[in-house]
Amino acid sequence: MTRDPVLTFTDRGIYCPAGDFFIDPWRPVKRALLTHGHADHAHPGHASYLATRSAAPVLRHRLGKIRLQTVAYEQTQRIGDATVSFHPAGHVPGSAQIRVEVDGECWVASGDYKTIEDGLSEPFSPVPCHVFITESTFGLPVFRWPAQDAVARELLDWWRNSVDRGVTPVLGAYSLGKAQRVLSLLTEDIGPILTHGAIEATTQVLRDQGLRLPPTAQVTPDTKTKDHLGAIVLAPPGALGGAWMRRFGPVSTGFASGWMQMRGVRRRRAADRGFVISDHADWDGLNQAIAATGAEKIYVTHGYTDIFARWLREGGLDADVVPTEYEGETLQDSEES
Amino acid sequence: MKAFATLFNRIDQTTRTTVKVAALAEYFATAPEQDRLWTIALFSGRRPKRAVTTTRLREWAAERAGLPLWLVEEAYPVVGDLAETIALILPPPTRTSDHPLTHWITVLKEIAARPEPERKPLVLAAWEQLTPTERFLFNKLMTGGFRIGVSQKLMTRALAEATGKEASELAHRLMGNWTPDTVSFHDLILGDDLGGDLSRPYPFYLAHAIEGAPDALGSPQEWSAEWKWDGIRGQLIVRNRQHFVWSRGEELMTDRFPELARAVDLLPDGTVLDGEIMAWDEDGPMPFNALQKRIGRKNLPKSLLRQAPVVFAAYDALEWDGVDRRDQPYSTRRAQLERLLAAATTQHALRLPPLIAFDDWPDLARIRTTARDNRAEGLMLKRLDSPYLAGRRKGDWWKWKLDPLTVDAVMIYAQSGHGRRANLFTDFTFAVRDGDDLVPFTKAYSGLTDVEFREITAWVRRNTLQRFGPVRQVTPEHVFEIAFEGIHASPRHKSGIALRFPRMSRWRRDKPVSEANTLDDLKALLALYG
Repeated sequence: MTRDPVLTFTDRGIYCPAGDFFIDPWRPVKRALLTHGHADHAHPGHASYLATRSAAPVLRHRLGKIRLQTVAYEQTQRIGDATVSFHPAGHVPGSAQIRVEVDGECWVASGDYKTIEDGLSEPFSPVPCHVFITESTFGLPVFRWPAQDAVARELLDWWRNSVDRGVTPVLGAYSLGKAQRVLSLLTEDIGPILTHGAIEATTQVLRDQGLRLPPTAQVTPDTKTKDHLGAIVLAPPGALGGAWMRRFGPVSTGFASGWMQMRGVRRRRAADRGFVISDHADWDGLNQAIAATGAEKIYVTHGYTDIFARWLREGGLDADVVPTEYEGETLQDSEES
Repeated sequence: MKAFATLFNRIDQTTRTTVKVAALAEYFATAPEQDRLWTIALFSGRRPKRAVTTTRLREWAAERAGLPLWLVEEAYPVVGDLAETIALILPPPTRTSDHPLTHWITVLKEIAARPEPERKPLVLAAWEQLTPTERFLFNKLMTGGFRIGVSQKLMTRALAEATGKEASELAHRLMGNWTPDTVSFHDLILGDDLGGDLSRPYPFYLAHAIEGAPDALGSPQEWSAEWKWDGIRGQLIVRNRQHFVWSRGEELMTDRFPELARAVDLLPDGTVLDGEIMAWDEDGPMPFNALQKRIGRKNLPKSLLRQAPVVFAAYDALEWDGVDRRDQPYSTRRAQLERLLAAATTQHALRLPPLIAFDDWPDLARIRTTARDNRAEGLMLKRLDSPYLAGRRKGDWWKWKLDPLTVDAVMIYAQSGHGRRANLFTDFTFAVRDGDDLVPFTKAYSGLTDVEFREITAWVRRNTLQRFGPVRQVTPEHVFEIAFEGIHASPRHKSGIALRFPRMSRWRRDKPVSEANTLDDLKALLALYG
């Protein structure tokens, strides 16, 4: 008798036949388990949702009124014939890897993850499993994140330098995760921090659930830069270069993303400065995470899938690429990272 | 290298010209003299002799990083720059050093002088003591093509700021055949200008494209018109019974076009002509395709010289009797050019395409429509009383090109771009219809806006039918208008044709695949214009 795999890959998302649920589906389903709240993983329109307790406020903020059940990290529950638990993925606050066990066989769908600690997200914890589903957004050896305190110094230098020249530094960062990362890197020495409404709203949701972040002030139509001398401004990338920016007068623009590691991409963004800050694992992070699971079968979802899978195969693992609609850290002006 | 790396970072971290100029000017005021000279050389397209092949560099970097070679080769097109790819994959340096730029260039010269097996340890030792940015620059020196967002014009401006000399004078001083090994900073930039070496050309004056019709240029009586040729812009120099041929890209091409040696028989010493290097047979100008066969060829078989004979089609005189005449009005220079070439015969390989007489702008517009029949791309308009300026300055020279030819084609393959456009799909293959088949006939990379590239990238991700390495076959669904300047037969292409300067001129969202052009349409264009 052949039995179904623990998880299958469908045109609606990752599906568990034993538990009759989907993980991060992109078309409406009855029951959706979500790894985190970024738009390419958390779609509206499902009949019911399950996510971690700390992911819930952002999900409610973004998806409005949904039927949402929450669960603590590491807590196991039965769904149909499957045993399910959520484990920290270190990607953004509340993000999870979802472990599914059926008849002693264990799979982990990791969503998006990063292995370095950012001081905000619950730190990534490796989950031993037979089959591991991994992203590969930065699955090339050219991606190696610099030490975060060095990036913090660069940010501070850029701010100081801009203020000295009489221009306002405006940093593009996605509103969930990246913006708070940047906030946590800004030390007390920096001037007032002004935020775009989209960033302020998400930041407030996270503050309300207990995240410690420096004080920020939302930019409104009445905001005058002369009232905020020496300020740094945080805005979603889509607002950079738009009419919204005019109120600040002369500016220096920056962009925070793992893609800023590549000079060509930095230049195409036409931002003055790029800061290498990512909520995804770099090359070493991906390889360490995969090794730590002990899994022998790896499915590679989004990113440099073909190349990364070949690399894993040469390392003796059984690795395959599966198509999904996840995007990872994009450079488009869509909302997500 | 620290000061040079700091300079690079300051330039690289801004998109503002003023900031770049300031950074360079400061560097020119403070760096050691030999480093200054090398910096000028690098930013004007001169570089040390290639010490190591890029193949070896890839192998050594892969080995040092503990990665399989194929992985480095896959990463390279994503990054778009081999020097940067290597700098990114190498493990951190074990020690630091503070040698000046010139030291590393000397190291490269030493490496180049050694036999191949001795080069590897020297390169590895250099990597070991350079920071990532310094490594990137060192690799750039090795792999060539030092393009880092500093144009020669910008560099000249900074040099003018640092030295107090006129930018136009500096531009002329920097032209020609010098290298940091043959000249000192003082002689090149500061000392009395002794005329440099014999081969030194003048900075080219470049035309702007006219938008719409030339009515805004004022009275037609103030202008002269001639055909705009599709060749290589060049300068022909005769001094001291020698001749030199320069391309606009400041490449000395004298040896490529041996035909032009006979110009010395006609032109007196101290003559510099501006014009177009072209393939030209008994019937007149040949398509660019013919000249293409000559470019990049160092050994020239007789058959090729017969098939694609080259001439210099002159249209301006910049120097005669050994005197720089660029400040004279164009009408005077043109008259002198006609005197110089009055006795030219076909054996001198010099041509003097005539000026085009016209009564008024509408008359000229009519003439322009016949450009293709005259094997020209359109018209050039020059203000009769204008001096010969340097660089692309608006006002005195205008090009009025024909509208390009177009076909509507179906996108069938997509590949991601390089460098600035890594991780966007920007390189596409297009097909025309042939019965029920789609026959690929051209690639195109440019012409869409950033927003359109992003949109098509998202679409390609969702509509990939098959992957062949980096190339994705996509659902044949989108039709694009492909504009191009010329069409000719090509046995190397499946469709049997090749286009000149193909680009995407419009995304035809209004057209279904069934309304794209056919292979027969292309063949008809080939018969008309090939």
